[in-house]
Amino acid sequence: MAETIISLEGVTKRFGTFEALKKVDLTVALGERMVICGPSGSGKSTLIRCINRLEEHDEGRIVVDGRELDQDTRNVAAIRREVGMVFQQFNLFPHLTVLDNLTLAPMRARGMSRKDAEEVARLYLDRVHIPEQADKYPAQLSGGQQQRVAIARSLCMRPRIMLFDEPTSALDPEMISEVLDVMVELAREGMTMIVVTHEMGFAREVADTMVFMDGGEIVEKATPAEFFVQPKSERTSLFLSRILAH
Amino acid sequence: MPTDRATRRLPPMAQVLLAGLLLAGCSGGNYTWGWYVVSPLNPQGQGNIAFLLSGMWQTISVSLLAITVSIPLGLLVALPGFGRNRVGQGFNRAYVEFIRSIPILPLMLWVYYGLPVLTGINFDPFTAGVITLVISDSAFEAEIFRGGLQSIERGQHEAADSLGLSALDKLRFVILPQAIRRILPPLGNQFIYVLKMSSLLSVIGVFELTKKANELVVTLYRPLEVYSFLILEYFLLVVVISLFVRRLERRMGADQRQRGR
Repeated sequence: MAETIISLEGVTKRFGTFEALKKVDLTVALGERMVICGPSGSGKSTLIRCINRLEEHDEGRIVVDGRELDQDTRNVAAIRREVGMVFQQFNLFPHLTVLDNLTLAPMRARGMSRKDAEEVARLYLDRVHIPEQADKYPAQLSGGQQQRVAIARSLCMRPRIMLFDEPTSALDPEMISEVLDVMVELAREGMTMIVVTHEMGFAREVADTMVFMDGGEIVEKATPAEFFVQPKSERTSLFLSRILAH
Repeated sequence: MPTDRATRRLPPMAQVLLAGLLLAGCSGGNYTWGWYVVSPLNPQGQGNIAFLLSGMWQTISVSLLAITVSIPLGLLVALPGFGRNRVGQGFNRAYVEFIRSIPILPLMLWVYYGLPVLTGINFDPFTAGVITLVISDSAFEAEIFRGGLQSIERGQHEAADSLGLSALDKLRFVILPQAIRRILPPLGNQFIYVLKMSSLLSVIGVFELTKKANELVVTLYRPLEVYSFLILEYFLLVVVISLFVRRLERRMGADQRQRGR
């Protein structure tokens, strides 16, 4: 087994009295590609948002890349530099050009020079297949292009881990594949990825591990072969039959 | 937008204003108008106009100074309201609620006559006036900043956080540049408000427009004509500010159009 890069032990997260995560245990190995699925409200987004501290967990331990997420803001900052995140709504900075979206964090948080940052930015724009869009503003791009810019923006920080929070859910159907293609390429390069998605074709193609969540708990964790063919839990097979039916 | 309408309809508006004044002059009751006292066509009128206009610089400088200091101060007051620190939040609310509840005139009298007792430093009327306007205005600026900063979507904060930007960098490069476009119109409004409130400084003896007008009224005993002229002076200043703010908005709106939405 490869080196563990993320570990959660007994993680609980509450919103008021609602328990979004109930004593969740999970480990992710370096280079592992994990796909998390489950019905809405099952806690899957909350789970990955705890990993880079967009949500603060109430109980348990989260260790990322050897650092524990605690009240020490330096730890949080260090972890965020190593963990990239792609959002459902892209969340590009609308007042900045594509290139400036990509260079801002490397320059400010990594202390890179503008020249170096732009070099890296162009490299990753190339990787997501939109090198010609560098000087446009986000609103001038299609949804699929915006999401690829968002992926490139995260990659420019050269993270060790990438989190994807339903990256294709806000896209028109014809744009989903261009984003998934980029993610497949990223997976092939060995990036550690945790992807919350209902794109089961993508999951079958790249996932090492499938995780099914329901009601704030991890119901099932298995390889795609087991997960899709012989799910152990009834809730999992019910969920799968629903989303694979159409 | 109101400023938009005000500036675009300026010529007809000015016409209506003038027509109204003339009409009142022709038909108005028993009063015999004495526009000659502020007429540029005779030497006495020219002298009076020069005297009235000589307050312009004080009005402009006092307002500009006040707004320039109160904008960063307002931002400093607004920011703790967003932090997690309870003390900071409390300070923000207390400052805003308390300061904006004080009418400007008593505040000014307190600063001019009261503050020297406490501090032992005597302020000249100009300084006391600027301090008063800055204190009062900063509370309103803080609320304007709060509204603008709060209007930025949570996703923008989360994107900046997840990229590892510090809180200060996030504010400086991501949140403020977007908020400033939404803040600009109410900020322009506030500038106009400060300019008009500077007329109160006449009470403690700052030689701005209103004080000059008061002095002239005492010697000429022509309050109607002189104060009409005074109102026209403020009107012109406000129009200039409106045009300036509109231009700024257009300049910033340029890339907003590129944003679509």
